[in-house]
Amino acid sequence: MSAGGNGDSGYETIIGLEIHVELDTVSKMFCGCPTRFGEDPNTQVCPVCLGLPGALPVANWKAIEYTIKSGLALSCEIAEFTQFHRKNYFYPDMAKNYQISQYDLPICTGGHLDVETDDVSRRVGITRVHLEEDTGKLIHVGGEGRIAGADYSIVDFNRSGIPLMEIVTEPDIRSPEEARAFMAKLRSILLSLGVSDCSMEQGSMRCDANLSLRPAGDTELGVKTEVKNMNSFRALVRALAFEVERQTKVLQAGETVEQETRHFDAAKNITTSLRTKEYAHDYRYFPEPDLVPIKVERAIVADMAGKLPELPDARRMRFIESIGLGAHEAHLLSDTKPMGDFFEECVDGGADPKAAANWILGELSMHLNATGLEIEDCAVTPKHLTQLLKLLDEGTISGKIAKAVFEEMYETGKLPGVIVDEKGMTQISDSDEIGRVVDAVLAENPKAVEELKAGKDRAIGFLVGQVMRLTKGRANPQMVNDLIKERL
Amino acid sequence: MKHVALLARLELSDEELDYFGGQLAQILEHIDKISAVDTSNVEPTAHAVEVTNVFREDETTPSLSQDEALSNAPKAESGGFVVPKIV
Repeated sequence: MSAGGNGDSGYETIIGLEIHVELDTVSKMFCGCPTRFGEDPNTQVCPVCLGLPGALPVANWKAIEYTIKSGLALSCEIAEFTQFHRKNYFYPDMAKNYQISQYDLPICTGGHLDVETDDVSRRVGITRVHLEEDTGKLIHVGGEGRIAGADYSIVDFNRSGIPLMEIVTEPDIRSPEEARAFMAKLRSILLSLGVSDCSMEQGSMRCDANLSLRPAGDTELGVKTEVKNMNSFRALVRALAFEVERQTKVLQAGETVEQETRHFDAAKNITTSLRTKEYAHDYRYFPEPDLVPIKVERAIVADMAGKLPELPDARRMRFIESIGLGAHEAHLLSDTKPMGDFFEECVDGGADPKAAANWILGELSMHLNATGLEIEDCAVTPKHLTQLLKLLDEGTISGKIAKAVFEEMYETGKLPGVIVDEKGMTQISDSDEIGRVVDAVLAENPKAVEELKAGKDRAIGFLVGQVMRLTKGRANPQMVNDLIKERL
Repeated sequence: MKHVALLARLELSDEELDYFGGQLAQILEHIDKISAVDTSNVEPTAHAVEVTNVFREDETTPSLSQDEALSNAPKAESGGFVVPKIV
């Protein structure tokens, strides 16, 4: 692979991202309307977010606080003086015909985020983090619900005015895979901070990408295209991979890439040119006269910095250094906050860290994937897993039984101790009781006994299996092994 | 002048273009006059009033009902504002 992650084409891929995140406040950015998702259209609106004449906005401090916290987590400078601007343009999803956004004085500037992929670790510069308001939602009627070919559209302003944080990166990303890794890490940081639920499917985290190619070794940037409509991590990687391939072909044919906006079609896995009437962007920004500027006291910033929660990178290092996990397990367990919290609760409850890690990343993750649940929504809690590990550790149940108990508790939410009692799944460690079964099995399988005596060690596995079968997996396997050897 | 009219979505006749073009030229001339003043020792003004940090707490207040929200809409459908086709 070349440095650019672009095969052997001789071109280096240059990607910059622009990410929009809806902040998890209960009320909107400039009015008191609620921000709940999925309500009936136009039931969470008021004169301010409908842009009715005379209505005046007042900024939601919590949204500003969340933006400052996000900036701190991304190592940004926090502005001492910041203000809102009007960005003027016409589009039906915006009632006022301007969006309240930020221009030359954003809340955060000049940060970075280190991203690891299989190939490399890379520092991606954060140009700025600013705050603006989200727009309404359009539903297109006719033309299969697409904007092109629709007869008319319907506007729902419930989303209008929800605080929207925009994060802009430097063009430092070098492959679609790195873009995915950046988004995954950013998401995990924002989830740790608790500033957004970061759902790409529900649109609370959205991402546009600027992508260009240049001959490897060049320092000047090539012509870029802007790729939109990537609604999942998978879509992001596919859309960018397609765009790399498309631009490579254009350049190899000796043609030039056209600067344009391209729309990702997830069904066809391609990007297509968004041929809208192209007006030159002329937003005529000017300071929002309805909102006063903001002075951010240094003491407040220092206080917030001191109260930032542990971020995924720090947690991962602690899992490795203090708890003794391997790098890979530590990475997986610290990647999302709920998974890390689950693990820590098990360890705090007395579970062996390595056993807990194995069960969470193994059996539990497998069940979560199969049922499409998130760890915080499933019936198994840290208390369940800790108790299961204790039963296993004490020898009350065998490893095999433990999996059956897990299955049951995942389905019913019953505690493992209850399941074991109800179903009589306790491990048999009584040598007389196991001895009786062993005797019966040996008597019934003279051929296997002869083979074992003749030195065929494999035969013991068969005999142990028979004992386990007759005891429904409850016999202590080590004792079964020992007792068979003792008898012969 | 045509560009400014397009940005404001105004359809202007040739006479109107002339008329407003003259006015705009006067405004620009006036701004040139203001720009000529030496402001090197003056703090930039961010806002007409010298107030900063006016915020609200993150608390919800009652919204309009759907009927109220749509009451001024020339056309409504399925609880939404109907707008003409976009592209």
